[in-house]
Amino acid sequence: MIITQLPALQVVIPLIAAPLCLLLYRPLATWLLTVVTSAAAMLISGLILAQVLDQGVIDYTFGGWAAPFGIAYRIDLVNAYVLMIVSTISTIVSVFARVSVASEIEAHNQGIFYTAWLLCLTGLLGIAITGDAFNLFVFLEISSLSSYVLIAMGNDRRSLTAAFQYLIMGTIGATFILIGIGLLYALTGTLNMLDLAERIPEVANTRTARAGFAFLTVGIGLKIALFPLHLWLPNAYAYAPSAVSAFLAATATKVAVYVLLRFIFSVFGKDFALDTMPLALGLAILGSSAVIFASAIAIFQDNIKRMLAYSSVAQIGYLILGVSLVSPAGLTATILHLFNHALMKGALFLALGCIAWRIGSSRLGDFKGLGYRMPWTMGVFLIGSLSLVGIPMTAGFISKWYLVLAALERGWWPVLVVILAGSLLAVIYVWRVIESAYLGGKDNEAQVGEAPLSMLIPAWILALANLYFGVSTDLSVGVATEAATTLFGAG
Amino acid sequence: MADSALALIILTPLAGALLVMLAGRWPNLREAVSIGTGLLLVAQIISIAPSVLDGSALRQVIATPVPQLPLAFEFEPLGLLFGLIASSLWVITTIYAIGYMRGHNESNQTRFFVFFAVAISATMGVALAANLFTLFVFYELLTLSTYPLVTHAGTVEARQGGRVYIGILIGTSMAFLLPAIIATWYLTGSTDFQVGGILSGKASGPVVGILFALFVFGIGKAALMPFHRWLPAAMVAPTPVSALLHAVAVVKAGVFAILKISVYIFGIDLLAQNGITDLLLWIVSITIIGASVIALNQDNLKRRLAYSTISQLSYVVLGAVLASTASVTGATLHIATHAVGKITLFFCAGAILVAAHKTRVSELDGLGRQMPITMGAFFIASVSIAGLPPMAGMWGKWYLSLGALDAGYAVIVGVLMVSTLLNIAYLLPIPIRAFFADSATPNVEIKEAPLPCLIAITITAALCVVLFFFPEPLHTLTGLLPI
Amino acid sequence: MTIAGLYNYWIVILLMMTGFYVVIASGNLVKKIIGLNLFQASVFILYISLGKIADGHAPILQAGISNYSNPLPHVLILTAIVVGVATTSLGLALVVRIREAYDTVEEDEIHDQDESM
Repeated sequence: MIITQLPALQVVIPLIAAPLCLLLYRPLATWLLTVVTSAAAMLISGLILAQVLDQGVIDYTFGGWAAPFGIAYRIDLVNAYVLMIVSTISTIVSVFARVSVASEIEAHNQGIFYTAWLLCLTGLLGIAITGDAFNLFVFLEISSLSSYVLIAMGNDRRSLTAAFQYLIMGTIGATFILIGIGLLYALTGTLNMLDLAERIPEVANTRTARAGFAFLTVGIGLKIALFPLHLWLPNAYAYAPSAVSAFLAATATKVAVYVLLRFIFSVFGKDFALDTMPLALGLAILGSSAVIFASAIAIFQDNIKRMLAYSSVAQIGYLILGVSLVSPAGLTATILHLFNHALMKGALFLALGCIAWRIGSSRLGDFKGLGYRMPWTMGVFLIGSLSLVGIPMTAGFISKWYLVLAALERGWWPVLVVILAGSLLAVIYVWRVIESAYLGGKDNEAQVGEAPLSMLIPAWILALANLYFGVSTDLSVGVATEAATTLFGAG
Repeated sequence: MADSALALIILTPLAGALLVMLAGRWPNLREAVSIGTGLLLVAQIISIAPSVLDGSALRQVIATPVPQLPLAFEFEPLGLLFGLIASSLWVITTIYAIGYMRGHNESNQTRFFVFFAVAISATMGVALAANLFTLFVFYELLTLSTYPLVTHAGTVEARQGGRVYIGILIGTSMAFLLPAIIATWYLTGSTDFQVGGILSGKASGPVVGILFALFVFGIGKAALMPFHRWLPAAMVAPTPVSALLHAVAVVKAGVFAILKISVYIFGIDLLAQNGITDLLLWIVSITIIGASVIALNQDNLKRRLAYSTISQLSYVVLGAVLASTASVTGATLHIATHAVGKITLFFCAGAILVAAHKTRVSELDGLGRQMPITMGAFFIASVSIAGLPPMAGMWGKWYLSLGALDAGYAVIVGVLMVSTLLNIAYLLPIPIRAFFADSATPNVEIKEAPLPCLIAITITAALCVVLFFFPEPLHTLTGLLPI
Repeated sequence: MTIAGLYNYWIVILLMMTGFYVVIASGNLVKKIIGLNLFQASVFILYISLGKIADGHAPILQAGISNYSNPLPHVLILTAIVVGVATTSLGLALVVRIREAYDTVEEDEIHDQDESM
């Protein structure tokens, strides 16, 4: 009986854990609850993924009300994959969070921090799992609001303005999505995604449908931090608490990309979305611009967290490029990169978290000689950087390779140039840090001051995952290919 | 059993690196581990040699990250040659390094020996690569693992040099080599090295030409102009590094890769008389002569040797571009003979630094009387590099000239002659003035180099002579190449 | 439908653009939140006005009536209003904290203070 209720439990468990967390209040208890809840969510995601791989799509209706009247959850391979990513990252980073959060947030606020974390987890999982458009909006706002809270809890006062700016831009984005959904509802009378997919083709040629599509795309684009709507991201990631940067960088924008995929392929259908509306070309241009400009800006950043944030904007560009190729191969590359990028950025931000804990700063100038004072931490950073650049034997290379293959298949040579240029730029901005850390000259007050194991172990798990999935790709690529075929075939 | 032997060749130096790291606190034990690992490696390669010589295919697939792109190893004559040279010279260099590092009181010696071993492992990976993908992986690993060696001193100049080093090598590999590999894959559906090449029939003349050019410029380790600046920049490294890596492992990995790609991806029939040949010959000739001219003007001994290396590397590229049987044979021979010659020269440079604290050519007058063995070896190696009998270097030049005539480019013979004259001009005066000129510093007492250094120098200088009179082993290997 | 008959859409557009303009053009953080509220309110009105069916009755079951207005948009908008309230309160809480930290709620002054750090 539990098995059939798994989809509901996936969201309900973190949702109930959140107020429980608020009641528990104490730092240790709330942290423990967060870890346990994330682990439970991870377990459920694993079971769901196994079930989908085995039996195909899972349909779950809340309260037994059949769709399209009731709210239905529809889990195919793409959702299951995203669920797995979100819950795993949450587990790993929440283990990391105990020490990191303790040093960055006052004790009496930590209970609230973990409450917001669980709400964010609920929201993200809900977005990934739902089959109803308005339900998506609700979960989107849940995750957004809680992430504003999480970001605002950073120990620099600029985290407040960063959270405020994110709030304004994020709410506009969410409201655009709401308008889009509203227009679609006005046209078709339904909010269930599957039902929408059936009814949209008849009304696709109206201005309303096109306007609705446009609003949706722009709104989602804001959430994805698609260039040039990315302005909220650098500050938000730079000034948030380290654990939050790691968590959000690895999950929030990925889930937003998933939403884009879902709307383009499952709701509107790729012919309408990518051919009738000139979205493919638009996305290709924006994606390429993101890669080039964001990587270039990253080179000049002194705050390394900000540098990684701009790097994230560039990586999102890669994701969008994969979508713009309009082929199963391109989709495979995007879906694969959702996973690999979570691994890379997770590892990098966790390493930065360890460094921030030890030296209290993220400025490049303070990184001198860090390679010797904190060898294990910088090891994680090194592996993450190699993956970011796309050195073979790392997960990053696999993503880039598949993207290159997809571009070649379509004969889009400029995209190939953009991808290689992005890698070269990544080498430059990453190398500044590596050089400073290993060759900056051994500093005077230097004694080896590593981060505690509870922070190092999660970081190393992610770093090793980068290497593992760079060599043994059957699982990640296999699931991505199948997911892409499902999405592409359905449209 | 034979199959896993290939992976072991890669793993042995890595295991050695680990043991060296653990033995860090006991210098003698640590050095013994280095030498022992090196001897073990040479033994492994020699034990596999017979199966290569009688033509059986030894192949091992390690992993397949992406379908159709396996990480695979295979031993064939060219790789065997390179592997043997690199591994045996590693042993000799380790002996030398012991003398140098202790004589010069260098810091961080453990780190040095550890990364030395890792770099050799990467070199073996390049030698053993069965396809372009594996080659690329280990090529990049070689760049990354030699970076700490280049920047060993940790000074500002070392960092600058390191930045140029990494910048050019990774830049050229990402901007040219990777696209070339991708294009090859796109045209043929595979990146495997095969007898006769995989591109024949799959690409037209101009495409072949452009692809070849991409490969040649993308393999920055071959130091073809204008991507040659990393070599002089890397001279900030300690001399054992310059000796092994920039006379043998790194640079030879570059030209080896070009040769291997020419023979096993393109096939020399496809390359011969291609439209791009003229353009590449111009660039190669400019590199050969230009680098020699620059060498003439260098007073810093290591920089002079660096530019000499740039010039000599282009001999191998020349052999690949001319694409005739004789030229490729000459190029292959040159890999071996230049390696032993150049390493001797660098050994001498380091010995002079340690024993006499001199780095400039102008300071070396009269040094021969106080350091006879060192300068004697320098003389022998100089003759070899210049390509004159009775030293080994002559063979490479001989076959290259034959190959140039075969391919119909008689003017190249002229280039080689001019280069020989320039080599004589910038190398031979050094030992001659060392023995016959008056000493610049007559009152300072200078002893010979430390014993380990002298042993190494003597061995490599002897090889220069031996390989002239007994080149059969080399000829056997070149005879097996599908050219 | 005449242009005047589409008056609900005109109002929506007016409110939406006003709200959007206030958000972008205003330098005062509190005003930005007010603009955001206007913007969201316009969307609410869009939905609700869509639900009204010509000659429709209030959606409460009554004998003899067959034409009901659609209750679903109302439900959706209730949810959206709650979200809007949550956003506004969060935004205002942030403004209070910003006031404590920066001593001002004007965007350009905050920017100057950050630049000089």
